[in-house]
Amino acid sequence: MTPSNLTIKSTREALNRGDFSPEELIRHYENKIEKENKKLNALLTPFKPVDEQLKLPEGLLRGIPYALKDNILFENSLATAGSKILENYRASFDATVVKKLKTAGAVCLGKTNLDEFAMGTSTENSAFGPTKNPHDISRVPGGSSGGSAAAVAADLCVFALGSDTGGSIRQPAALCGVVGLKPTYGRVSRHGLIAMASSLDQIGPITKNVYDAALVMNVIAGHDEFDATTAKKNVPDYTKSLEKEIKGLKVGIPKEFFRDGLSVEVAERIKSTISILESIGCNIAEVSIPNFEYALAAYYVIVPSEVSANLSRFDGIRYGYSSKSADTLIDTYFESRTEGFGPESKRRIMIGAYALSSGYYDAYYLKAQKVRRLIKNDFDSAFEKVDVIVGPVSPTTAFRIGEKSSDPLALYLEDIYTVPVNLAGLPGISIPCGNGENSGLPVGFQLIGKAFDEETLLRTAYQLEQNLK
Amino acid sequence: MLTEKEVEHIAQLARIKLTEKEKDKFKRELSSILDFVKKLNELDTEGVEPLYQTTGIINALRSDEHRKDFEMNEDLNEKLIGQAPHKENRFIKVGSVLKK
Repeated sequence: MTPSNLTIKSTREALNRGDFSPEELIRHYENKIEKENKKLNALLTPFKPVDEQLKLPEGLLRGIPYALKDNILFENSLATAGSKILENYRASFDATVVKKLKTAGAVCLGKTNLDEFAMGTSTENSAFGPTKNPHDISRVPGGSSGGSAAAVAADLCVFALGSDTGGSIRQPAALCGVVGLKPTYGRVSRHGLIAMASSLDQIGPITKNVYDAALVMNVIAGHDEFDATTAKKNVPDYTKSLEKEIKGLKVGIPKEFFRDGLSVEVAERIKSTISILESIGCNIAEVSIPNFEYALAAYYVIVPSEVSANLSRFDGIRYGYSSKSADTLIDTYFESRTEGFGPESKRRIMIGAYALSSGYYDAYYLKAQKVRRLIKNDFDSAFEKVDVIVGPVSPTTAFRIGEKSSDPLALYLEDIYTVPVNLAGLPGISIPCGNGENSGLPVGFQLIGKAFDEETLLRTAYQLEQNLK
Repeated sequence: MLTEKEVEHIAQLARIKLTEKEKDKFKRELSSILDFVKKLNELDTEGVEPLYQTTGIINALRSDEHRKDFEMNEDLNEKLIGQAPHKENRFIKVGSVLKK
């Protein structure tokens, strides 16, 4: 039997039956990447050879090939974060999630493309060229984890990891027709994730179905001494309750979600998916996130502020790109950063520097953090009435490469449905819910859960997935 | 709209050099982003506590014991110092602080 479009579950079964050997499975994916990656540019650095990794211990993900977003560290391998400034940077240690995947026996096939430092919604901001959407290579795969989502959608790996600061797992998963989970902030360690906006960044799985996402969470979730923001909460077996039916579950639909800017074909898919939830016994209720329309504005103050602080470490001295033309220390800073950063990084660093600068701090940064509180309060009150909140992931299906790249604000609007979830620190998942009637391209359905209740979130997504088929 | 002088000042704070063409481009782009986020002023946030993080964790402490996970040795030393673009032996080279 030759492997084809394998999930973690089916790979494990096939390996156990001896349909193919772990070595054959790796060869299969290596060949596939060799043949198809040039067209998609999903992987920046395919690892070769990876057989060494088969010596990894026996575990839950024994022999399962995966791909890793290139802002997550894998010891001794390149970690560019999609930036010229880290073009030659080699990780000196494993991220905690990588360490956990190694312990579980998973095999990393390589590092995937992303918008520079995970800043973007189309992967067009990568210093190493855009990734193409496997459903239509003239279109973007979404971003910033566009390489990971495209690699899973094109079956260049069994699953992938991404990171999500304002939608960077869910939106590309939606545009590529795969499953993407952003866990609760503090559920998965960020140690070894190249920081973008530290109060929002979170690592999560991109998979071919909900079961696989639950399985990966079993491996990567949990407290970590190296990330003080991880919660000391027990990690349940997320696969255990998936089969439990969701009759009587209260599902909330924020009335603010169906607004101007939401494309007709996406709205239509979302509404028909909600009716499926209703048909399997969920109680649908309207809820309100009154400050929804302010979330994006708060996000685009908070994120650049944190970015300007996090990216100040790139000084051309300790690691990364260093300008050859600089004489003095101050010139090294200026020249290395000017030559090393791409336009979106520069934009966000400058907005952040402005928002945090003397005289403007209260008006921008403090104001945005107060609005963040209001948004979290909105979700808290909504979750007093319902168990799960649902809606769109992205207002449109995949757009054309170059279509929006001249207008930074237009790209920011892509994240309007995903950003509030990060601001409130909640878990959210995107699952494919069919194709748009006009474009014929995948549409993602978003489910949002209570903090640290990935169990209910995954169970609802799983039950819905079974009924969408 | 930001003035050219303001853009120059921000770029200086960010340690980024801008060409004349970039100054004009960023002036327009940064201004449109700042105009967009001014929307926040429509909201009355009097008495609202800012929310800097969502975990609720305050002062995550660990016991003051020797951690062995990142023991310094020649290998790790080489990995870290070895990343520096300009170096000599075990030292990182930097340009002069003061102009000659």
